Amino acid sequence: MIEFLNSIQNSLIYKNFFLVLSGLDNTILLLLISLPVGFVLALLFALGRVSKIALLSRTIASYIFVIRGTPLLVQIYLIYFGLGSVKFIRESFLWYALKEPFWCGVIALTINTVAYGAEIFRGGIQSIEKSQVESGLSLGFGKFLLLRKIILPIAIRKVLPSYGNELILMVKATSLVSLTTYMEMTGIARKIMAKTFAPVEAFIAAGILYLFLNFLMVQFVKYLEWKYNPHLRLNN
Amino acid sequence: MFKFDKLVFGDAGWGDEFLIATLMTLLVSILSMGLGLFLAIITVWAKIIQNRITRFIANFYTTVIRGVPELLVIYLIFFGGNAVVMSIAKVFGYNKYIELNALTIATIAIAVISATYSSEVLRASYLAISKGQIEAARALGMNKFSIFLKVISPQVIRHALPGIGNVWQITLKDTSLISVTGLVEIMRQSRISSNVEHSPLTFLITAAILYLCLTTISGRVFKTLEVNYSKGFST
Repeated sequence: MIEFLNSIQNSLIYKNFFLVLSGLDNTILLLLISLPVGFVLALLFALGRVSKIALLSRTIASYIFVIRGTPLLVQIYLIYFGLGSVKFIRESFLWYALKEPFWCGVIALTINTVAYGAEIFRGGIQSIEKSQVESGLSLGFGKFLLLRKIILPIAIRKVLPSYGNELILMVKATSLVSLTTYMEMTGIARKIMAKTFAPVEAFIAAGILYLFLNFLMVQFVKYLEWKYNPHLRLNN
Repeated sequence: MFKFDKLVFGDAGWGDEFLIATLMTLLVSILSMGLGLFLAIITVWAKIIQNRITRFIANFYTTVIRGVPELLVIYLIFFGGNAVVMSIAKVFGYNKYIELNALTIATIAIAVISATYSSEVLRASYLAISKGQIEAARALGMNKFSIFLKVISPQVIRHALPGIGNVWQITLKDTSLISVTGLVEIMRQSRISSNVEHSPLTFLITAAILYLCLTTISGRVFKTLEVNYSKGFST
């Protein structure tokens, strides 16, 4: 038994696991900023997309079209390598953020998730029954109150499963930021691989951590679904 | 800042290189989509036959691959694939060094990822077929193979086409990650060109436009196919 435990402790996966674990905070840091900001912006963009102002709606539609039609890697590279090569950006205040791979990653991830999220929320908003809006109006709700009390809660609740999907895609997308020299879990796994020439052990250690992170995300979304769908619970 | 004049064809510019890179992206996408669909059919089959072991393996495969970043899967197959192939070859008594070429590895890696998404789409559309139809086919004396060919697959195709279109878009965009393995597709080409010309913005925007064209055009193709396959059904 002790021999077995020792062999586990000496195994490469076990050692790598803790090395990769040291990159977990960097991965989570990326998510902690880009997910909340992305959520709020996605809601605003979705409202703009369904608004009757044609110019606003068209602009947002083309933004969504471009972002969803190009790979995230192109967007990250465009911000990290592309914007960094422009002289007047290097001389402006933006450079304080854009010279850091971390902020480039956060900006790219946010831009990406806003486009996908806005499209998801738009579906939710448009699927609201007209009668619910009308009943709100008949109670004398103003536009803002209608939005806050009826449209947004129902829309968000409806799209929680698909937005949860997007959240999991975002957890996976953080791995791409490692390509801008930012040392999160995938970056560290890559470094271990280069040092030890043991690719399988390094990437399996990282894979287990990502699986765990996604598992937590799924549970979180499930909890939200349970909390905000009291009428669908089987027994109260 | 911009050097779009460097995108001319011929020796003076990168136009022809980008054309070849675009074709490479398309080739990898089509090959891995095809292989992915094949793997997906096997996965769905493993899930729907009443066998605990195959179902467990299939569920494990789809859960793990969908829970792990695509980049990690690609790294694993790119760096670990050779070792696996060599150890399999050793079993058959072949001890020389084997190196898979980049296109093979890229295709396998993207196919493994895309198959997990396709399998969910295919499974849902298989489950949408009412059981009565299969029973009716059996009552007519059709064997398993012709039931699959004449009853199940036409309907699965019709139900699955919108979902498969989505998977195709994801697969097409995932091929950009293959650039880390050194295969010269759009993404890799734009990095090479921008390193030579010192103008990343130009070539990255070119890459973005090329991807946008590919996704838009293939989106149209799938729309046409959907209309074609749902003839006679009000949608």
